[in-house]
Amino acid sequence: MPKYEVDEAKLRQLEEYIDSLSNKEGALIPVLYKAQEIFGYLPKDVQLFIARKLGIFAAKVYGVTTFYSYFTMQPRGKHVINICMGTACFVKGADKILEEIKKELDIKEGNMSKDGMFSVDTLRCVGACGLAPVVMVDGKVYGRVKVEDVKGILDEYRKREG
Amino acid sequence: MINITINDIKLQVPYGTTILDAAKMANIHIPTLCHLNLHDINMVNRTASCRVCLVEVEGRRNLAPACATECFEGMVVKTNTERAIRARRTMVELLLSDHPTDCLVCEKNGNCDLQRLAAELGIRKIRYEGEKSTYTKDSSSGALYRNPDKCIMCRRCETMCNEVQTCGIYSAVDRGFETVVAPAFNLPMIDTQCTFCGQCVSVCPTAALTEVSYVDKVWEALFDSEKYVIAQTAPAIRVALGEEFGLNPGDNVTGKMVAALRRLGFKKVFDTNFAADVTIVEEAKEFIDRLNGKGRLPILTSCCPSWVKFIEHQFPELLDIPSTCKSPHMMFGAIAKTYFAEKFNIDPEKIVVVSIMPCIAKKYEIQRKEFKHGNLQDVDYVITTREFARMIREAGLDFTKLPDEDFDNPLGESTGAAVIFGATGGVIEAALRTAYEWITGESLGNVEFNEVRGLKGFKEATVKIKDMDIKIGVANGLGNARKLLEDIRDGKRFYHAIEIMACPGGCINGGGQPYHHGNLDIVKARLEALYKLDKSKPLRKSHENPAVIQMYKEYIGEIGGEKAHKLLHTHYTKREKI
Repeated sequence: MPKYEVDEAKLRQLEEYIDSLSNKEGALIPVLYKAQEIFGYLPKDVQLFIARKLGIFAAKVYGVTTFYSYFTMQPRGKHVINICMGTACFVKGADKILEEIKKELDIKEGNMSKDGMFSVDTLRCVGACGLAPVVMVDGKVYGRVKVEDVKGILDEYRKREG
Repeated sequence: MINITINDIKLQVPYGTTILDAAKMANIHIPTLCHLNLHDINMVNRTASCRVCLVEVEGRRNLAPACATECFEGMVVKTNTERAIRARRTMVELLLSDHPTDCLVCEKNGNCDLQRLAAELGIRKIRYEGEKSTYTKDSSSGALYRNPDKCIMCRRCETMCNEVQTCGIYSAVDRGFETVVAPAFNLPMIDTQCTFCGQCVSVCPTAALTEVSYVDKVWEALFDSEKYVIAQTAPAIRVALGEEFGLNPGDNVTGKMVAALRRLGFKKVFDTNFAADVTIVEEAKEFIDRLNGKGRLPILTSCCPSWVKFIEHQFPELLDIPSTCKSPHMMFGAIAKTYFAEKFNIDPEKIVVVSIMPCIAKKYEIQRKEFKHGNLQDVDYVITTREFARMIREAGLDFTKLPDEDFDNPLGESTGAAVIFGATGGVIEAALRTAYEWITGESLGNVEFNEVRGLKGFKEATVKIKDMDIKIGVANGLGNARKLLEDIRDGKRFYHAIEIMACPGGCINGGGQPYHHGNLDIVKARLEALYKLDKSKPLRKSHENPAVIQMYKEYIGEIGGEKAHKLLHTHYTKREKI
């Protein structure tokens, strides 16, 4: 069997999931979904493994991975920060909040911080426009966020991890 | 049958006919770009992505793509309304707005479907200005050149690669304006399972996919007085080259081709067919050995480098069944730099071997490390039929008026068995002619094995040799090869000998041949021409080639012997699927 440079236990978990599928045809998207749930992201070797396991071309797997914005090839941090870039949040200065978070963590959008603690993404409207600008961390909503609040929010999670 | 009206012409068409095909029946031309129907090899690209074939259908609000819209009873179509003509032109202008439009210096200049269409639709101005895509160009393989800037997203390459060749190299990656047709993980082509068959190049409408050109390198060598530059020509070249100069497909231009090479400055003009005869004596020997229990059956031919790379990636567990014979042009390279060099007292370091091939994979093949000895490479450069034609034009030769000349000796002599290497089924037919005579000790009366001839993707035959029924399989196109090999691997089918060619039809339809622009009748004409050439040869069995016999006597010794193995055989490498 070819070597895959990813966590072996996780790979076995994914393999079990694929083996449990009664019909592998058309299963690519659910499998990618599951793989991202297990690994947090979809590195090249995981995609290769999926391609070989499902008997489809690696290029096709890569094509689907890159098509859907839900799938990511960037590792995710322990905590996922999402900044709402919807109209209301944007008008209320969400871009400045994003800049501050990027500066504080020294990373680019879509990437993971060096310590693996955070990754940063943007999304469009969480439906809480009254609270604009909105920042979400692991699904927890922070409303009316100001630039000077950013450090405090991040510290909350840093402290929790000790 | 259903009744339709196109531009006021009433006609009946079979159910399921597209507007485009119906229009053809009524002699109405609808411009197309992404559409491609290679009926003979089961390749239909019907992505309707370019929207150039838009027409008006009565009662339908939007314009319909003629290539992908089926006719219905009572349909009324107008192909030349103001709305349709404007829409088509807009589509092409939009395509051009994200295109380098460097036609003057483009390798596809004069052969580009987009360029032809822009002319046909009378585009004089591109009204749209905006961002242009720029991507990394890929020449990592030294064989296939990818320039996604020129891609128009027709997806013909994807259809060819995924469905016909089953290699699955390309996919649409990313989305929206960012979309690019690319290999998995945007890997350099050399790191993928691409076999460099070049069928994607054959169908690419623009210069997004072409070959890595060595024309400049060959000129450099020819102008270097220190070098001794020799040429070898593949069998399939001589029946296709004429097309580049307005001659008919299948016109045999062997004599003019030799004359042209001499005038370009090649010191010797030799024939890969000579080496094809050598391949046959080596392969027939190996086949007979395996029949006698020395090694595994079936034996697979190994002339096609694209097919070799395919089996290395896709069936690494079967690497003991291909013949160990090098491909003919690699054998030629090895012979040229040893036997020929010694016989004519030429320093092999100074010899530059240039192969003129219908093939792109051969450009990759010569770089394989098995074919390098110290700093000597068996073959130095490979140029395609198209590149060769370019050199003839650059030199200002009036090709059609050149006299007919003969190949040089001794590596220019060949039999009819060698010339049919260029068509699917030819190698196995040539091998049978020799194996039959060697096994039975009798002379073969009728040398033609018609069951293995023709463009069909898979052919089989049973040949009685002495008391044995020898089962022969022939596949062309890698998709057909894959099916065959799966059955062999799973023990579902058995053959004694199998020939496989990566390109549908064999080398006559190679990725380096003059563009067929979707007309496979051209390929059929080339095929027939090769068999005609075979028939015209006084000698039609490889083992009767006097120059080959002489070489074994003077230099190599025994067929399949130690020296033969060192010079003429190779080995294979397991590779991963990616």
